[in-house]
Amino acid sequence: MPFGLLKYGFARNYPARGLLPPATELKPRYDVVIIGAGGHGLAAAYYLATRHDITNIAVLDKGYLGGGNTARNTAIIRANYLTPEGVAFYRESMALWAGLSDEFGLNIQYSTRGHLTLAHTDSALRTARWRAEVNQHLGVDSELIGPDEVSRLCPSLNMSRETRYPILGALYHRPGATARHDAVAWGFAEGAARKGVEIHQHTEVTGIDIRSGRVTGVKTSRGPVQCNIVLQAVAGSSSLVADMAGLKLPIRTIPLQACVSVPMKPFLYPIIVSGSLHVYIWQTARGELVMGGATDPYPLYGTRSTLDFKEGLMAHILELFPFLSEARVNRQWAGMADMTPDFSPVMGLTPIENYYIDAGWGTWGFKATPIAGFTMAECIAGTRQPPLIEPFRLDRFDDFEQVGEKGAASVGH
Amino acid sequence: MKILHCPLNGPRNIQEFVYGGEVTTMPDQDAGSDSEWTDYVFLEANRAGLVREWWLHVASGYWFIAERDTSTDEVVRTFAPDRRAVGGRAPDPTGRS
Repeated sequence: MPFGLLKYGFARNYPARGLLPPATELKPRYDVVIIGAGGHGLAAAYYLATRHDITNIAVLDKGYLGGGNTARNTAIIRANYLTPEGVAFYRESMALWAGLSDEFGLNIQYSTRGHLTLAHTDSALRTARWRAEVNQHLGVDSELIGPDEVSRLCPSLNMSRETRYPILGALYHRPGATARHDAVAWGFAEGAARKGVEIHQHTEVTGIDIRSGRVTGVKTSRGPVQCNIVLQAVAGSSSLVADMAGLKLPIRTIPLQACVSVPMKPFLYPIIVSGSLHVYIWQTARGELVMGGATDPYPLYGTRSTLDFKEGLMAHILELFPFLSEARVNRQWAGMADMTPDFSPVMGLTPIENYYIDAGWGTWGFKATPIAGFTMAECIAGTRQPPLIEPFRLDRFDDFEQVGEKGAASVGH
Repeated sequence: MKILHCPLNGPRNIQEFVYGGEVTTMPDQDAGSDSEWTDYVFLEANRAGLVREWWLHVASGYWFIAERDTSTDEVVRTFAPDRRAVGGRAPDPTGRS
């Protein structure tokens, strides 16, 4: 990859490269139909094709490639979770992330910046210490640091003790990173298409055919398609698609809003998160501040932005960076998040034979993109739940084995 | 500012309210099966469209029901809970029971 990039840099002309082959008609039958051409669905297709030699796959999407939550997250990648199940899962995801640019031959702009979860109270310090211990035990680089070290890593933070929530320390997660979210979807799509996977955009699934407890095909806006296996990977609309298969999920669809500022001079290198202030913020390579906070206070199938959200978010950001008071917001958006009661995903087998689910991605789906695709491919190829995602099985709610990740999965707690 | 019409307190800023979940019926406390309880405690219909849901006006501690369209965020109506309509376990809005 580095040599390829160098060669490209010194080239005289730069031919445009089409990522996907031209669209074709739907075939009457596929081995696997994946509903949702976002990062997760495309990653599952990619790993099925490249690791398990299953290539007769159609990825269907009612919109366009990577146009849902893949385009609406804030691109943060980390593994500093709280539960051993969560930490192990996201650790494996980061291992895959680090190699994706090379694997795709496409620069996904993976950028390791360090991730600081600020602690403003004694209880937040205790949680940070707890997370650091669990992380280190599982080989993830996290440590509790004091205010001097926080200030050294991020000199622009307001470290005054005379604020409502003075910064007492932070959980420092050195491998914390960001990546170009669109490029990830493109990379998986191109790699899968090269192996023969068909990606059909603007093809809505309108029904799921089930005969004697076994999936046999899907109905689409372009006609029926038969298949052996269906995977739904439609975070944000999981309950609606699952309902077509007769499944009821432990999910509420709640909007998560975010925004970016106008570009400005680089001043912020690490990713800054504050659970107490319900804020996260980082600066992109082109200088925009990416800002987000807690999910909306009630469920909604919509992506509208509200003034309430931005007022609350900005008030908190100004406590951390008072000099931003004159900065303008450039863009705003929202995604629809699948919130589960235990802040962990829902992955793997379902009560319907050959119907697989990848859902419940709440506010933590982007960072899981490669490992979710990898483990779902393993699950589909082996028709059993891989150990890494055993804790995230749908039926954990039947036997009360939830994976309580609330303390680390979201800033909205 | 979004306004929600509270049956007890009239139109108020929605920030004064807390969402309380879908209106569902609790399983029979003696005869309910495990799967019925799982459904009641964890699973959500999570429909896109007109739904009935519990809301709490925090300042006055008053629970009521709203009919809201979860696709458009339009609140169609709000009303005091009727014990019969929700399986006999609605809180008494007057607080006298």
